[in-house]
Amino acid sequence: MAQQAIRVLIAKPGLDGHDRGAKVIARALRDAGFEVIYTGLRQTPEMIAEAALQEDVDVVGLSILSGAHMALVPRIREVMNAAELEDVPIILGGIIPDEDKPRLHELGVSGIFGPGTSTETIATHIRQIVQERDERASS
Amino acid sequence: MSSLVDGVRAGSRRSLAKLLTIIENEREGAREALAALFPHTGRAWILGVTGAPGTGKSSLVNALAKAYRARGQTVAIIAVDPTSPFTGGAILGDRIRMRDLAGDPGVFIRSMATRGSLGGLARATREVIRVLDAAGFDRIVVETVGAGQSEVEIVRAAHTTVVVEAPGLGDDVQAIKAGILEIADVLVVNKADRPGAQNTIRALKAMLELGHPTRTARVNHHGQRMQVDTPVAEADSIWLPPVIQTVATAESAEESGVAALIDAIDAHRDHLHTAGTLEPQERERIMIELRDRLQHELMTRLLGSLPDGLLTETVRRVQARELDPRQAVAWILDAS
Repeated sequence: MAQQAIRVLIAKPGLDGHDRGAKVIARALRDAGFEVIYTGLRQTPEMIAEAALQEDVDVVGLSILSGAHMALVPRIREVMNAAELEDVPIILGGIIPDEDKPRLHELGVSGIFGPGTSTETIATHIRQIVQERDERASS
Repeated sequence: MSSLVDGVRAGSRRSLAKLLTIIENEREGAREALAALFPHTGRAWILGVTGAPGTGKSSLVNALAKAYRARGQTVAIIAVDPTSPFTGGAILGDRIRMRDLAGDPGVFIRSMATRGSLGGLARATREVIRVLDAAGFDRIVVETVGAGQSEVEIVRAAHTTVVVEAPGLGDDVQAIKAGILEIADVLVVNKADRPGAQNTIRALKAMLELGHPTRTARVNHHGQRMQVDTPVAEADSIWLPPVIQTVATAESAEESGVAALIDAIDAHRDHLHTAGTLEPQERERIMIELRDRLQHELMTRLLGSLPDGLLTETVRRVQARELDPRQAVAWILDAS
């Protein structure tokens, strides 16, 4: 009777104080059956990596509205990799210009979700990347 | 699996986190890892922190952990939040109040969802405690879900149970009801800077004095203050839970009352040692846990052995008023 649940960290790095989007996503993912570790505002890259490690999450979701994503995401990826979390994918929500997307994907951001994305799309994406990881692990 | 166990014993946080997931999900290897770690358990002092939602449990745990760290002790925190009975999802938000602890290698925080368990803890919580114990943490603080009146499972897992109250949550009849207040080894009135805090403290103290065989209780009778003798026979061997005032968000442990809380917890620990209650208490807990596990295991086996569709068919028959629920159970047991 093993009960499995996909665990997702939702964090807001950087200094902007608008966490409504992050809360909406956290709530929607809860309703989609995920266990959401919600860490709130103004998280440093180190705090995010530490929480991801201790909570052994399957995915890290970042909400960034400040435009600082090209500074924050590489730094978070770097700190996570240093904590042996290379295999934990990052997904990104917020206002991300199209020209930044290829570089973010290179950094291992598996999904980027702008305003208006249905929460079902995000839930499906998370299930898919977790399933792919499990298949890789068992093959 | 043995590499994870070795990692946990060697202090690897990544191994620890991964092993906790395996145990929580009852994945392959959980049993042998727990068996390998069990001989290394029994060192940590386990604290339970429980109370109604919004009383400030997470902030208090944050302040408590900071104070323990200042005293050089390592701390593991298990923060339990409820799983939705409808979707199976959960929001685990206790870390928000624990950001002061970020970056401290002497602290490990793990959030757990109840996953259908009703007693205020998750079913795997006791095993997660054991792993953290074997990992060498000095103090393990278990924060339960926001508890109502009967989520009292924590007493079976913790050495010292701290019940957190806040001003304005109920009158003095709430204080004499059975349930959560009965399980307190230490009572905390948090948010003690709020109006009404003194009333809450007074009501709790009056309740405790009535309920325990102390020397005297003071009661108000038609406006007269009266002293009433209560049974004294066992007074010295009995622990009277102290009521501690805290403001968990205050700057220092002294201002916040957390230093006083730690003293009370230490006093309770000394009491358990000197009164010789630790060992019988552990024996009783092992007994209860074995019964729980046996019950769960038997249930799993029984459900696994039932013919396909029997359960659905039984539900249909009960709904059609052919069987009453007790007859239905007998019928299922006969069929297994």
